Amino acid sequence: MAFLDLKNVSKSYGDTPVLQGIDLAVEEGEFLVLLGFSGTGKTTLVNLMAGLEMPTKGEVLFKGRPVTEPGPERGVIFQNYSLMPWLTVNGNVGLAVDTMFPELSRAERAAKVAHYVGMVGLSHAAGRRPAELSGGMRQRVNVARALAMDPEMLLLDEPLSALDALTRGNLAEEIEKIWEADKKTCVLITNDVDEAILLADRVVMMTNGPRATIGKITEVGLPRPRTRKALLEHPDYYAYRQEVLDFLEEYEHGNQSKHASGAAPKPKAVAAETPKAVAAE
Amino acid sequence: MTTVDPNFDADREARRERRFAAITKADTWFRVLGLAWITPLLRIGAGDNPRAHLGEIWRLLGVPVLAILAFLALWGTLAPQVQTSLGAIPGPAQVWEQAVGLNEDAVRTRERAADFYARQDERNAERIAAGDEPRYREFTGAPTFYSQIRTSIKTVFFGFLLATVVAVPLGIAAGLSQTANAALNPLIQVFKPVSPLAWLPIVSIVVSAVYVTDDGWFEKSFLVSAITVTLCSLWPTLINTALGVASIDKDLVNVSKVLKMGTWSKIRKLVLPSALPLIFTGLRLSLGVGWMVLIAAEMLAQNPGLGKFVWDEFQNGSSESLGRIMVAVFTIGIIGFLLDRLMYTIQSLFTFTNNR
Ligand SMILES: Nc1ncnc2c1ncn2[C@@H]1O[C@H](COP(=O)(O)OP(=O)(O)OP(=O)(O)O)[C@@H](O)[C@H]1O
Ligand SMILES: [Mg+2]
Repeated sequence: MAFLDLKNVSKSYGDTPVLQGIDLAVEEGEFLVLLGFSGTGKTTLVNLMAGLEMPTKGEVLFKGRPVTEPGPERGVIFQNYSLMPWLTVNGNVGLAVDTMFPELSRAERAAKVAHYVGMVGLSHAAGRRPAELSGGMRQRVNVARALAMDPEMLLLDEPLSALDALTRGNLAEEIEKIWEADKKTCVLITNDVDEAILLADRVVMMTNGPRATIGKITEVGLPRPRTRKALLEHPDYYAYRQEVLDFLEEYEHGNQSKHASGAAPKPKAVAAETPKAVAAE
Repeated sequence: MTTVDPNFDADREARRERRFAAITKADTWFRVLGLAWITPLLRIGAGDNPRAHLGEIWRLLGVPVLAILAFLALWGTLAPQVQTSLGAIPGPAQVWEQAVGLNEDAVRTRERAADFYARQDERNAERIAAGDEPRYREFTGAPTFYSQIRTSIKTVFFGFLLATVVAVPLGIAAGLSQTANAALNPLIQVFKPVSPLAWLPIVSIVVSAVYVTDDGWFEKSFLVSAITVTLCSLWPTLINTALGVASIDKDLVNVSKVLKMGTWSKIRKLVLPSALPLIFTGLRLSLGVGWMVLIAAEMLAQNPGLGKFVWDEFQNGSSESLGRIMVAVFTIGIIGFLLDRLMYTIQSLFTFTNNR
């Protein structure tokens, strides 16, 4: 039994189909990266996993039980920071600490908040409000808040997309480091190939919408801990990169390709990962 | 003393920097208080080139002052040409005279009151010396202009407070729940346009019937005016609160869902802070409406306050009445303006900064 299981999940908003026939098993402790073009329905997929949206068809199982509502056991790092503008960094992180550990004393609470704020390197800005932070700093607060929920798994919706390339690379490495520390199950969404390869155990590539589904899954066997520099020097890196880019090229310019309209996912790649799903088709 | 201290210039420069920083900081407050024109004057005083600020001073101080002068001139020339049953309409000078007269009246009344109490104390001292119980009576002069103002302000704030206590929770409920919104919406639509003059008879009859205890907490007339204010000033706060609550950032709502916040903590930590700017907008509108309504209510119901003052002068019909009524009009306007500024200041204090 997988940790988080999506079984033949489809989602439409009214008459608008977004996702169709998604079968995906996220294993405990793995770092899964979902890669797809903008507007394909990645956020929708994360919302389904988090329980913020319900699937129109199929089901989402977390540790074998259907997901019916969101909860702190599946921490979400939202795409657009979503920080409370009237709270300081400490206040925003404290919000998560409060829900998870309501019985803490004042000092214990402060220590816990300081721990998570320090973890993302924001101790010097703990008293500032989001308006006084840079985009990268806000995203760090977002990360710290999710970590403070002490979730069983983390859902990261394009945590780095709004950042400039330099900050982006640094923060990606930091996320890798934080993940290395306790190997929590992670699902991260991105539209950046290098980021995907840097972080992923498996890269799940989505076809273009509407009716987006899983096109291909690539396992990334590069050694950890990974840094951008080490990756560039690794002989296999370019092969992985090429594989992902080839797939994306096929779907560029909204090209629907043969199977996207026919609903059957690319058999070869998916068969390797989720044989049952193909049998069900 | 010809030695040149190299630190001297740097020191002075630093002080100057600090001075300008302080002025910039104070500027936000001047703006809030409607005194934005002070800033360029201060900058010039602190050693800035006056030329750079002339345009701003002209716009912030020159234009408004000129406009006021033009208004006064127009008023002064046109007013004497209109003859009424009470003589010509008073110009600015006559109205000012009346204002001074009202102030003198108030001072005289205060002196008489002081006299009255002094004599009463004397008498009581004698009575106590003679072994009798002292007797105390209230001074019963006609209310002064100032006491009318005080009554009006007290009434409007009481009514406004009641309205807030009712409207904010209802607005939150309407913003959070579609059901509550559906229930409240028709009522709001129907009652919002009702004029205070229509509420007043109902309110006075109901108050007379319900508030029969003579506990001396409130005067009946006070309650009637205050409740009329409440009924009319409820709606802006209610509508704006509901709007503010309904338009909370969906992403922040998602955060609260993932954090599994309870209803109460969600209201306290998410709903109220994010709706606060609109709640305050509503409160500001409400207080404005309340102040307008109050004057009408006092006039019609003969409740003490500025409205009654206007009505009494109107009935009085002496040659001074028109001037006094105009004094009241300006007083009402200026107090309304100050109330609005007050609310705006409180709003600035309580609202998080990046929403402004
Ligand atoms: N609440 C909604 N109601 C109707 N349509 C929606 C809703 N949310 C998303 N959609 C539609 O679903 C599609 C996928 O949206 P989604 O936000 O999941 O894309 P995304 O892959 O996350 O895009 P991006 O990379 O830009 O974040 C879009 O076409 C969008 O218009
Ligand atoms: Mg998205």
